[in-house]
Amino acid sequence: MKKKEMVAMLLAGGQGKRLKSLTKSLAKPAVYFGGTYRIIDFPLSNCSNSGIDTVGVLTQYEPLVLHSYIGVGSDWDLNRKNGGVFVLPPHERENGSSWYRGTADAIYRNLKFVDQFDPEHVLILSGDHIYKMDYNAMLQYHKARNADCTISVIDVPLEEASRFGILNTEDDLRIYEFDEKPAKPKSTLASMGVYIFKWEILRKHLLNDGENAGSSHDFGKDIIPMMLEDGQSLYAYPFEGYWRDVGTVNSLWEANMDLLCDNPPLNLNDPDWRIFTRNPNQPAQYVAPGAQVSGSIINEGCIVRGEVKHSVLFYGVEVGEGSVITDSVIMPKVKIGRNVRIHKAIISENTVIEDYMEIGIDREDEDEILLIDNRSKKRKSVAAKTI
Amino acid sequence: MKQLMGVINLDHELDSLNELTYFRCGAAVPFASRYRLIDFVLSNMMRAELESVGLFVRRKYRSLMDHLGDGKSWDMNRKHGGLFILPPDWNDPTDTSRGDLQHYHNNLDFFKRASAKYIVFSGSQHINSIDLQDLYQYHLEKGADVTLVYKKIDQLQPEHDVCRRIEVDEDHNVTNIHQEKDHHNLYLDIFIIEKKLFLEQVEYCIAHGESYFFRDVIQKNRHKFKIAAYEYEGYHAVINSLESYYKNSLELLQQENYHSLFKENQVQTKIKYEAPTRYLESASVSNSLVANGCIIGGTVENSVLFRGVQVRKGARIINSVIMQKCVIEENAVIENVIMDKDVHLSKDRILVGDSKRPFVIAKSSKI
Repeated sequence: MKKKEMVAMLLAGGQGKRLKSLTKSLAKPAVYFGGTYRIIDFPLSNCSNSGIDTVGVLTQYEPLVLHSYIGVGSDWDLNRKNGGVFVLPPHERENGSSWYRGTADAIYRNLKFVDQFDPEHVLILSGDHIYKMDYNAMLQYHKARNADCTISVIDVPLEEASRFGILNTEDDLRIYEFDEKPAKPKSTLASMGVYIFKWEILRKHLLNDGENAGSSHDFGKDIIPMMLEDGQSLYAYPFEGYWRDVGTVNSLWEANMDLLCDNPPLNLNDPDWRIFTRNPNQPAQYVAPGAQVSGSIINEGCIVRGEVKHSVLFYGVEVGEGSVITDSVIMPKVKIGRNVRIHKAIISENTVIEDYMEIGIDREDEDEILLIDNRSKKRKSVAAKTI
Repeated sequence: MKQLMGVINLDHELDSLNELTYFRCGAAVPFASRYRLIDFVLSNMMRAELESVGLFVRRKYRSLMDHLGDGKSWDMNRKHGGLFILPPDWNDPTDTSRGDLQHYHNNLDFFKRASAKYIVFSGSQHINSIDLQDLYQYHLEKGADVTLVYKKIDQLQPEHDVCRRIEVDEDHNVTNIHQEKDHHNLYLDIFIIEKKLFLEQVEYCIAHGESYFFRDVIQKNRHKFKIAAYEYEGYHAVINSLESYYKNSLELLQQENYHSLFKENQVQTKIKYEAPTRYLESASVSNSLVANGCIIGGTVENSVLFRGVQVRKGARIINSVIMQKCVIEENAVIENVIMDKDVHLSKDRILVGDSKRPFVIAKSSKI
């Protein structure tokens, strides 16, 4: 294999339990976002746009959808003669087999994969976040400081800091402490789960960690503290821009809603930083006479006859006459009948909503986002009963 | 083994869509929000899983070749067979062929190398969703030399005037081929023939100074050959003039047309990576087809928007076809207009065409 300066390793094996039924039969990075994307499109597109052409994708939980989605990587321009995208599920080895025991273990088990490219640096990514980031700019920062490890951080409000892995740094952003979800945070720099390591140094620590039976084999909990203890130089790389963790039903809904204002903080229409995705190749969307669409994003293949306000419609969704959809995310190929009302809900792929159904109307707890699929109990409106 | 190969012959198609075909051939004209006319015949051939598809084109094919690439979008980037774009680069000093026979004569290798035994020919101006495998089976069952595809048109339109007609007997054999304008059996510019017979006839015709395969072989020998007729009943539109382009574009807003053309997402095109379309708070859209990548803040009625169109607040688009990446600034008004790609219309401008004769704005204009 040709030598590469940097190889990306994308951790995509997570289940994402807090996404409930959305991850029942697919891994979290394959969850839909933003009318046409899956979460993994963001790190893959960032790699492609940053000029990183070699990406290992570590899969484990329910990988079928993810594997077939990634394919040979041509949608992200990652079908290359030298490098490209590689799907790396756990595999049987001479001395037995087991699952990936943690994020660091997933890389440890694929040392041979990384070694093939003899890289100077390795970029570790996760498939849980929505953001646009130039990893090449981060690499230049990492090289300029001759860092052993650079961790991308985002400034979070102090009151939210205890939900994140917080990095405590000197004034020059050299990291002296990693604080996982601290009760009393000393800083507001939260780790984004994006790391660049010198491969030689990371390799050594992975070998140590791999032999350590007491370790949880996690980058945040084990590898970073071990490197700090060994006196390696770790730096924080401040990222400015839109970044959201979409690990829960509510946060996934919120990140979708973030796209809907007239000048959204995450611009998906930037021709210089496209988010690539597998195109489902649907005909143009049709908005019927009498339909009303505002403050929404709608994908191809949709047929809208009702009212769609402040909502996200994925491809192939049909909304019947008289139906009103507000503040909701409607995933691919959902069929919504006539005179349906949906408010503050996420409707899963392929769900059929019959005429006169009411979802999320007149409920007490509006803060919780409803997650609806074909198995959910639904009720018809009073209007339907009187007909 | 695949028994069928395809030829898309654009040689006889006139580029008669005025501004839209000054710099591109008719087959490359954008249509239906996100396609180009050639996508429909290519998708028909893709679904029939042909061994190889040859594209014969003589003029203005840069835009077409850019669109087609290696045929990947139609699954035609194959190790064996797939898509062959065959422009006219001919250097045989002894060549005496003329007309579309030139293409066939100069690309005999394309036909001979394929293992398929039958060839289906099609143009690009008749938009349809024919099942070519069904046509092939029909052709075999009929034991015909040639099978022509036709559609019975109840209400003839001006764009049908230049199309050929066929007369059919009760056994579905073709008894006559002509161009009588009031005849309702429209020939769809699709026929199927055995490769062996085709190559024999090409050689014979060139030796006898003929020029066009359909006219000089099929039409001329209509009483000698056994010519079967295959009736097609699905979506059909002829696009050979600006008026027919405009009319058929807006008729796709009728749901029965949309559904019969796009059932099961059967039409493939070159993939672009646009975000889904964003409707701003001020958007008002009704009875319109909209592709991805648009940002709509104004009013759009009875119109077709291609990818990446921006309609700013207060702008109004009525009964119009707006192609890729046009920008319509604040409070501009457009009615009965066909706007080619990359047009920028400044604030407060008003462009109004006639409902029968749309106003056409050439590509990349700034107004």
